Amino acid sequence: MDLVVSLARQLKDSLRDLAPVVLVIAFFQLVVIRQPLPDTLALLDLVLGLIFVVVGLTLFIKGLELGLFPLGENLARAFVKKGSVSWLLTFAFALGFGSTVAEPALIAIADRAADVVAQGGLISQSTNAQASFAFALRMVVAVSVGAAVMVGVVRILKGWPLHLIIIAGYVLVLLLTLLAPAEMVGIAYDSGGVTTSTITVPLVTALGVGLATAIKGRSPMLDGFGLIALASVMPIIFVLLFGIMGIHLIPGAAS
Amino acid sequence: MTLITMLWGTLLDILPIAAIIFGFQYLVIRKPVKHLPQVMAGFLMVWVGLSFFLVGLEQALFPMGELMANQLTHHDFLPSLTEGAKRHWSDYYWVYLFAFAIGASTTIAEPSLIAVSLKAGEISGGTINPLMLRIAVALGMAFGITLGTWRIVMGWPLQWFVLVAYLLVIIQTLRSPRSIIPLAFDSGGVTTSTITVPIIAALGLGLAAEIPGRSPVMDGFGMIALACLFPIITVMGYAQIAQWQAKRQRRANVSTALNSKLLGKGDHDAL
Repeated sequence: MDLVVSLARQLKDSLRDLAPVVLVIAFFQLVVIRQPLPDTLALLDLVLGLIFVVVGLTLFIKGLELGLFPLGENLARAFVKKGSVSWLLTFAFALGFGSTVAEPALIAIADRAADVVAQGGLISQSTNAQASFAFALRMVVAVSVGAAVMVGVVRILKGWPLHLIIIAGYVLVLLLTLLAPAEMVGIAYDSGGVTTSTITVPLVTALGVGLATAIKGRSPMLDGFGLIALASVMPIIFVLLFGIMGIHLIPGAAS
Repeated sequence: MTLITMLWGTLLDILPIAAIIFGFQYLVIRKPVKHLPQVMAGFLMVWVGLSFFLVGLEQALFPMGELMANQLTHHDFLPSLTEGAKRHWSDYYWVYLFAFAIGASTTIAEPSLIAVSLKAGEISGGTINPLMLRIAVALGMAFGITLGTWRIVMGWPLQWFVLVAYLLVIIQTLRSPRSIIPLAFDSGGVTTSTITVPIIAALGLGLAAEIPGRSPVMDGFGMIALACLFPIITVMGYAQIAQWQAKRQRRANVSTALNSKLLGKGDHDAL
């Protein structure tokens, strides 16, 4: 019964959250553009799609609160109690790598990036070279997110201030930008934003907050957040480095 | 039919993570999960919810976003040109307005941002209002996207914008209350996921294809990077305002307390 009530409340919240998107689109369609919808887009499909979005959002958020959040935090606490740093770091890497490698947005952007790089003449135009570039890019990004979560966990354990690490990361990004091939710069910057998906973010946040709560002398507010920030800077550095040094190793790279 | 394919697809996305979590729980920690039925129900809801959400996006929001990106950048829609004249960047004002509005509204509805802001509100013990935090992120995001569209129109290199944004972030970091910094940095990464990325990408591609001298493949990238940076700046700004207000509130409380004390004394004298 409790569940039904909280689901209903969540449904109301979801409706409120989606209203702005619908309003913006409706305003631009009806007031600014004033063109009939093309035949491929039926109004019924649109309404049905919106209902799906609302229902899906409601279930997703409630499910996170019931399942992923408590599980992630308990796991973090259990690792602290166990006291094994190496296992904790392995877990952190696995979590970052595992949640990124299957990320649909990353797969989509890697394919597009391969296209750009081939047009820029960094690799040959063949499908083979492009496929192996896209795969290598995905691996580089996934490894970098794993590494970022690992560094973030070490930071929480040691209590290092986050902003110094991030600023150092920014400086590194700017320096590497000067060296990297121009075609890779845009891709590298965007890959930082793509990695942090709907599943990764809540899970990694739960891990960080759980760890910071369990370790004495760490505040969840000051130390619990910051993992996602690292996970969005690290891929930029790794992809720029890949553009400078790794790209020649791909079969079909232009010499 | 799409729903079944989508259920399968999201299952493949969630499975590696579920395997990692349960693997570590049972093989390394070796303790049973607390409230297992509840956790399983939660996972089931995440899976079904995400699938519904994505199907809805593909049915309604994505085609709509693409259609509007095309309509807004189409040359029939833009103000007419005199023969041979070059288009001024301000001709694209509807594009900027749309970018701003769509950036703000999609960010407000972003599930992962909702999740993080709930967490932050819970931890801060009420100092941070989840809704205000989401509004701050949404404004930053909207500004970042608008700047991104403007960059595509102008054709300036992305590095300049990123450099300036980095400098702003660093200045803000030095001036903000320390407790907000990690949250602010996180909110940058949070904004760009499921809903926003494809709609922005469609807008960037449409714009780059329509403007002479821009290549869609080269200039389409870079919007996400800017959209990631500006929420950091606005969230720190929100924290500074909240801190300033709290300080003023405290000062006001102190002065009313002082007044009532004085009054009390006066009453006493009168007696």
